[in-house]
Amino acid sequence: MTTPLLQMTGIDKAFAGVAALTSASLTIEPGEIHAVIGQNGAGKSTLIKILTGVYRRDAGLIMFAGKPSTISSPREAQDSGISTIYQELTLVPLRSVTENVTLGYEPRIWGGIIDWPRAHARTREILARFGIEIDVRAPLGSYSTAIQQLVAIARAVSLDARLVIMDEPTSSLDDREVEVLFGVVRGLKASGVSVLYVSHFLDELFRICDSVTVMRDGRTVARKAIAETTKLELIADMLGRDIDEIRADGMTELGGGQRDRSGEVLLEAKAAATDRRLHRLDLIVHRGEIVGLAGLLGSGRTEAARAVFGLDRLQKGSVSFKGQAPSDPASAIAAGIGYLTEDRKAEGIVPEMSVRENVTLAVLPKLSRGGRIERGRERALVEAFIKSLGIKTANMDQPIRELSGGNQQKALLARWLATEPELLILDEPTRGVDVGAKLEIQAIIRDYVARGFGVLLISSEFEELVEGADRITVMQDGYSVTELQNPGITENALVKAIAHHHRGQAPA
Amino acid sequence: MSTRLESASPATASPATARALRQLRRHGGLVALLVLVLVNIAITPNFLQLQTLFVNISQVATIAIVAIGMTLVIATGGIDLSVGAVMALAGALAPLIFLSPFGVAYPALGLVAAFTLPLLAAMACGLFNGFMVSVLRVQPIIATLILFISGRGIAQVLTNGNLQTFSNPSFSYLGTGRILGLPFQGWLALALAGLVYWLVTRTLFGRYLLAIGGNERAARLSGVPVRRVKFGAYVICAGLAGIAGLIVVAINSASDAGRNGNLMELDAIAAAVVGGALLQGGRAPIFGAVLGAVIIQLVKYTLLANGVEDEVALIAKAFIIVVAVYLQAGRRE
Repeated sequence: MTTPLLQMTGIDKAFAGVAALTSASLTIEPGEIHAVIGQNGAGKSTLIKILTGVYRRDAGLIMFAGKPSTISSPREAQDSGISTIYQELTLVPLRSVTENVTLGYEPRIWGGIIDWPRAHARTREILARFGIEIDVRAPLGSYSTAIQQLVAIARAVSLDARLVIMDEPTSSLDDREVEVLFGVVRGLKASGVSVLYVSHFLDELFRICDSVTVMRDGRTVARKAIAETTKLELIADMLGRDIDEIRADGMTELGGGQRDRSGEVLLEAKAAATDRRLHRLDLIVHRGEIVGLAGLLGSGRTEAARAVFGLDRLQKGSVSFKGQAPSDPASAIAAGIGYLTEDRKAEGIVPEMSVRENVTLAVLPKLSRGGRIERGRERALVEAFIKSLGIKTANMDQPIRELSGGNQQKALLARWLATEPELLILDEPTRGVDVGAKLEIQAIIRDYVARGFGVLLISSEFEELVEGADRITVMQDGYSVTELQNPGITENALVKAIAHHHRGQAPA
Repeated sequence: MSTRLESASPATASPATARALRQLRRHGGLVALLVLVLVNIAITPNFLQLQTLFVNISQVATIAIVAIGMTLVIATGGIDLSVGAVMALAGALAPLIFLSPFGVAYPALGLVAAFTLPLLAAMACGLFNGFMVSVLRVQPIIATLILFISGRGIAQVLTNGNLQTFSNPSFSYLGTGRILGLPFQGWLALALAGLVYWLVTRTLFGRYLLAIGGNERAARLSGVPVRRVKFGAYVICAGLAGIAGLIVVAINSASDAGRNGNLMELDAIAAAVVGGALLQGGRAPIFGAVLGAVIIQLVKYTLLANGVEDEVALIAKAFIIVVAVYLQAGRRE
């Protein structure tokens, strides 16, 4: 048996006391193309950043090429033979291809002056190995993303990399470019270089990878040879479900769906497409109904919400809310839509402002007269929401950043409830909040729907969707592909719908 | 062989020191002011004279008025480098108007026009800045650099680069008048500070301004009219700079487009930062900016009155800014 090229065992890492990795492990053989997969927050990128010296591990052992690794910076990683190709290209687009390939390692004469003829020749030679023939003197930015990516890989190889890490390399490539990239990856393998391949596209794994490590909640849950596994099995591992249960596909659990579905149509999207990876969305929400939006990461759930809220301009199709099409957030809010965003920090709270100011931000026009905020009404409104939603805060003037995640989320929920919307879009409303707050938030949503309003619920938690939603629209690669009806949806049926190929790709 | 890494324990100061430091950060401005006053009493000849107070008030008023506007722009996460040039432009226009044939023929109307037209011109500059920043999405520092460069040029072209002297007691009241024995512009600065403070704390505009600076994406998603509010901040800032420009002209009974408001952008930014504004936005301490202006002015005066050269005074000002920014960095955590 050969010695693995890389062996990481028992890796622990915590950020501010929150465990990101718990005894995670990763083994890569020489000349192997190895995939790492997992949901958002599973710990993939943390593990990689520990490997490349961006983060320091709290505990664990890393063996690279038979020796304990002491890598403590990205530069040291590169020097010891680990090269990373990042999702966002980290090259210099305005400089020439040669400069990019040789940056930091330029051939020199007399110790200081760059030997350009040799640099160009070496770059040409390196690129030729990948079947790329381009003008190496031209600025890198004048070539397509795919070529740029290949140049990045060429650079990695020219540095005598023994392990190349690729983070979502195909996310910005078209089909033909993906083929070229795969050719290069196979070329790397043939020359004995190992590749660590991170991707959300499971199909790619079966085409290019030899083996796969599955991560979930900061732990390594499986390491498998690709030839001996199936896509369904990988999804089951990623989500922590039992494969037999998913196969059995029993339609036994009773879910939501007890609500009266006779309400009028509130929202209807017909073949809606934006230029932000939403290709075709068909969706209907009635009054008094919770419609779930399910799908893997990158399936277009959030993009669907953005289209409905008027954030992204429609390229095709239509969105109609009570007969209108919101053109921007302000008009969407005025029409009666609320949108609780997925990213609480970046798109939700205004950290320096108080709980009061955060809660009333969207409803402010209704609380003011002639541009002057009526403070009495504002305080009364906030007071009422703090009570009814049970927001735990010292007082309403406490800065919101000092609240726990769950209470911040409740305050943001209050921000939208205060506008008295008829349609509430909730993107991962219970992510990152503790169990107690989660149940409370779910109860608030239920009460709200009972008053005859509509909810569009995006969630990665199948339990939440299966038990809460009356109908679930399933999304894949920017398309709404199928719809499930409650009562009768089981988590397994949902997982199957998400994993199943709906658009005629080759079955895994 | 284990490669377990020990995490360095962060150095922790004693609670008492930490608390003292926090207090210093919160009231740093007032402490600095107190220290300055005490130092001056000790070393500056004739510091405790009424005349000293008058000089300082009339000097500080313009810095304070501009700094108030600058604070609004900084609160959106922007910056306005054009305030000094806008002062020059507004200041150059006023005497042109009341010295014009129209102004001479109708003195009362000419006087009104000499106040309003320069202010409208200043606010038009603000509209231009706001357009560059919020519609064309140019970086504020670049967008306002355009008028920083060209505004003073326009003012000098208007006056042919000449010093324009005049004698118009009504207009000069702006810079030399007294109410309750204190310079008029001091009262004006306070009144404007009060007005803008009310705007920031009690109105939709103010709340939106802080929300945009605090988290622009969240503000937009909450329906805040980001563009309009940014326009408002730049227009108010330019309008206040216009007022300051008129005051300088009124004090001197002369308009010098080359010098009016020269380096004012730096004083105003310094005053705003010393007053507690965060350059990344989200905070608009209006009276802090006034306090900052007082501190900047007192430092200038202290050095001047003790015979320190101008060049050295600039270094001292830079030092104050460094200290203020350092204290802020700590406050942000």
